[in-house]
Amino acid sequence: MSGLWILAGVTLREAARRKILWTAMLAAVLLLAIFAVALRFQVAEFEGRPMSPFVRYQVESGMLMVGLYTCDLLAVVMTILTSIDTLAGEISSGTIHAIATKPIARWQIVTGKFLGFAAMVTVYVAITFWSTVAVAFAVTGVLPEHPFHGMLLIVAECMVALSVTILLGTRFSTLTCGVLALGLQGVAFMGGWLEQVSGFSQSTQIVTLGVLSSLIMPTESLWRRAAYEMQTPLAGSLSFSPFANVSIPSVTAVVYAGGYFVFILWVAIVLLNRRDL
Amino acid sequence: MNTSPSCAIETRNLRKVFGSRVAVSGLSLTVNRGEIFGFLGPNGAGKSTSIKMLLGLVRPTGGHADVLGLPAGDVDARRQIGFLPEDFRFYDWLTAAELLHLHGRLCGMSADRLRTRVPEVLELVGIAQHADRRLRGFSKGMLQRLGLGQALIHEPQIVFLDEPTSGLDPIGRRMVRDVIRAQRDRGATVFLNSHLLSEVEITCDRVAFIKDGEVIAERDLRTSSAEGFHVTAQVGKLSPSALAQLAAVVRAPRYEGERLTFGVSSQDVLPEIVRLLVASGADVYRVTPEPLALEDLFVKLVGEDRGL
Repeated sequence: MSGLWILAGVTLREAARRKILWTAMLAAVLLLAIFAVALRFQVAEFEGRPMSPFVRYQVESGMLMVGLYTCDLLAVVMTILTSIDTLAGEISSGTIHAIATKPIARWQIVTGKFLGFAAMVTVYVAITFWSTVAVAFAVTGVLPEHPFHGMLLIVAECMVALSVTILLGTRFSTLTCGVLALGLQGVAFMGGWLEQVSGFSQSTQIVTLGVLSSLIMPTESLWRRAAYEMQTPLAGSLSFSPFANVSIPSVTAVVYAGGYFVFILWVAIVLLNRRDL
Repeated sequence: MNTSPSCAIETRNLRKVFGSRVAVSGLSLTVNRGEIFGFLGPNGAGKSTSIKMLLGLVRPTGGHADVLGLPAGDVDARRQIGFLPEDFRFYDWLTAAELLHLHGRLCGMSADRLRTRVPEVLELVGIAQHADRRLRGFSKGMLQRLGLGQALIHEPQIVFLDEPTSGLDPIGRRMVRDVIRAQRDRGATVFLNSHLLSEVEITCDRVAFIKDGEVIAERDLRTSSAEGFHVTAQVGKLSPSALAQLAAVVRAPRYEGERLTFGVSSQDVLPEIVRLLVASGADVYRVTPEPLALEDLFVKLVGEDRGL
């Protein structure tokens, strides 16, 4: 087994011990409980009055998207907060000295750490995503349109966020990394909304600004693509909310996010290679 | 650079500049294989930066360094290197045995080999009874022992030890001394950075003094301690003129009561000094030369305390 996999393994164990992970898991359970109760009330309310099954299905699907959006938001924040310290903290504490002097290349340190957190995040997303889908199905009988696509896109979104925090960790202190990573996530969120607004306003400047923001940090566009994949076709053409889309990120946007992720990890490797530890 | 096979480490004009601050200005030194080499210097002299360059943690601004005939920092060179950082720390949820196992794997050792090697090393550094305890509850001294263990787990050809005894009690220090000697006995090279000069004096074969990022002196402690002698004499009725005469042939003479102290570079001059004192009319009761300790040599070479 090469150094890369040994590091990935120990990073996964380290990641799984983070309190933030378990706090996020607890938060997910609480939100899921609130979600289930809200759905139950909604269903009870619907049963009390005449409503066409079609409209009812649309509303319940919309509710499901709210649940999945919450799940997505928690996953991205949890990814950033758990991994923010992994390089920055070990560099500042000197823990990395005992690793970087072993016969392993620095690209293996970056990739090993990435893989360890990636495994943890994937398991977290899978658990929270399918729990949300299961709760919604149990209460309302509604399922998302393409759940696998949706989940994979949420995992991809977390991978992009993870690569950015790892890149920041090669250069900045833990606190600076945290501020920058959450700030970039804010840029992505803003970009998503600007693109949505542009669907109504027809302003090319707003479109450009929105696209630029999504290029700087393409996480939110991955969520919007996930939402598009999972929502009902009607909701896709009508809704206006962060859980659904007016302006749908194209497949090109998804491919861009993939290229962005590879580029960011490559820059992280170059930067760690060049820095003095 | 041609590195002879007997060289463990060879540097030429190794230089490191951080912004406008010169940390290492031109380090040239040679460490032979199988040698216990002491790397001495005041705080801020560039010792840590030099070690980090040899280990590949810091990229040199200029010059060249070879470790075991390979460029410093080369992955193959690191296969043969063990390193104990000054303030060793690691994931505190690992047990001592798990930590050694992990570091052994990172060094490319097989799980089979580690099954016997880990208990051996735990025994060697004196924490076998804490094998299954988590690092979280370890004292600084225990962490230091474990750090030493991870540096030795793969029986490297060169062991870099940065202040290995700083957190240890006298028993721990003796253990470190024994471990260092055992490394030499198996043919390994030890590169020791320590402030405890008395420790260095009894452990090292050779030392280099570094100041302002340069080697200012090297000494072989095996061949002689003839760096000089500190002489204490009991002398009565020493006249000021005799003291002035004495100042011309010895270092820093001081006379208080009947106690005369001064430094000389060789014991050979002592009979002449005694003759000079007797001829001046002084009464000489006792003359005791003592070899200059490494600490005196350090102060002599490195100079005044700069408050670093």
